[in-house]
Amino acid sequence: MNDLLAGLGEALRLILTLDAELIEITLRSLRVTLSALAVACAIGLPLGGALAVWRFRQRRFVIATMNALIALPPVVVGLVVYLLLSRSGPLGVLGLLFTPAAMIVAQVVIITPLVASIAHQALRDLWAVYHDLLISMNATRWQRIATLLIDGRRALLTAALAGFGRAIGEVGAIMIVGGNIDGATRVLTTAIALETGRGDFALAIGLGVVLIGLSLTVSWASHWIMRTERRGTW
Amino acid sequence: MVTALPLRLSGATLARRGKRLVGPVDLEIGAGSITAVIGPNGSGKTSLLRMMHGLQRPASGRVEWSLPDTQARTRQAYVFQQPIALRRTVLANLAYPLRLRGLPRAEAHARAEAQAARFDLSDKLAQSAPSLSGGEMQRLALARALVTAPEILFADEPCAALDGRAMREIETRLIGASARTRLIIATHDMGQARRIASDVIFLLHGRVHETGPVETFFASPQTPEARAFLKGDIVE
Repeated sequence: MNDLLAGLGEALRLILTLDAELIEITLRSLRVTLSALAVACAIGLPLGGALAVWRFRQRRFVIATMNALIALPPVVVGLVVYLLLSRSGPLGVLGLLFTPAAMIVAQVVIITPLVASIAHQALRDLWAVYHDLLISMNATRWQRIATLLIDGRRALLTAALAGFGRAIGEVGAIMIVGGNIDGATRVLTTAIALETGRGDFALAIGLGVVLIGLSLTVSWASHWIMRTERRGTW
Repeated sequence: MVTALPLRLSGATLARRGKRLVGPVDLEIGAGSITAVIGPNGSGKTSLLRMMHGLQRPASGRVEWSLPDTQARTRQAYVFQQPIALRRTVLANLAYPLRLRGLPRAEAHARAEAQAARFDLSDKLAQSAPSLSGGEMQRLALARALVTAPEILFADEPCAALDGRAMREIETRLIGASARTRLIIATHDMGQARRIASDVIFLLHGRVHETGPVETFFASPQTPEARAFLKGDIVE
């Protein structure tokens, strides 16, 4: 209990004094996570739309596989990305290992199936409503997907936020490929793991409070920007 | 003028899970104004319209337009019994079919606004379409279907679940549209068929039992089933 109270006090102190290291780690966490989320959404949202609209022979298998990939163990993803990016690996020439770029790659692999799966669920329901109308209007396949992505944008916000939540709280994979290097690849989660290991629970809890606050702020901001749950919006 | 009509159905059937829903139907729909497809509930009116429009493929037989399918499809529109509103504003709904056809946004919006004015929807342009009342929603669906000036419009029970005033509004619009567009309307409302149609197709158990001018059909139906239906008997 003492550790928890001390942690909350430490969190307050870090935030109020705008602690330079905390700001740096927080901004890096946001940069890595938002970059990964942007890439995951660019892949996952159209993929979800395509799977809602297209009927092809292996569709059910692809959807089942995509859903199964949501449960990919981050540590295994980290290991695979590490091997790919290591100097002797096929992508070693890029020199990305132990950089924020490697962390982004790992996060993209982890959250893309989640974003695509939630998007598919939401867009499949919308497609059931729009199907006859868009077929009747002779919309092309791409026009159908674009229509679903535009009209389902508020449901897709949930997919993006779920991806953000998974990415910002991820530790296993980015620890392996980022290395938790001070001033270079240390982010909130890896810093918490480090401080816990050191026995500095107050600082760890402080960082944890900042992490939770960050998640809540991003969620609130997204809903405010998208004007969800207001009269006349969907 | 190049036209997609006549539409010819030759031995066309529609089936689902091995059960025949419609047909075999042999029918030719040429130039004209408004054709009412009538018949009791479950007679196959909606299925026939969907098959003619291409929403469902015939299980056997042929549905042929006088133009290739790809061209014929761009000359048709469909109004559904339960109007489907895109989750957008009324203006965006009206502009949508035009945008699909590649019209620039400004031009599509200008034409959509003009169409809204014709259908008394100008004061609703910025409103979200799903929040419209039933009558307004059906008016929007009709306005959206007609915004591309289709040669043929299929309307499936366009006045179902509307009150008298809203029904009169929609009927007036349909009659107005029939000057430029061939209308095929499914209805179970005999009064409506009398009021707006020039000819009828009487369906029973998925088969065409009788066709002809509306006055002739109502004055002297040729088949016992049609006579029973018009008398208000239960037709099995």
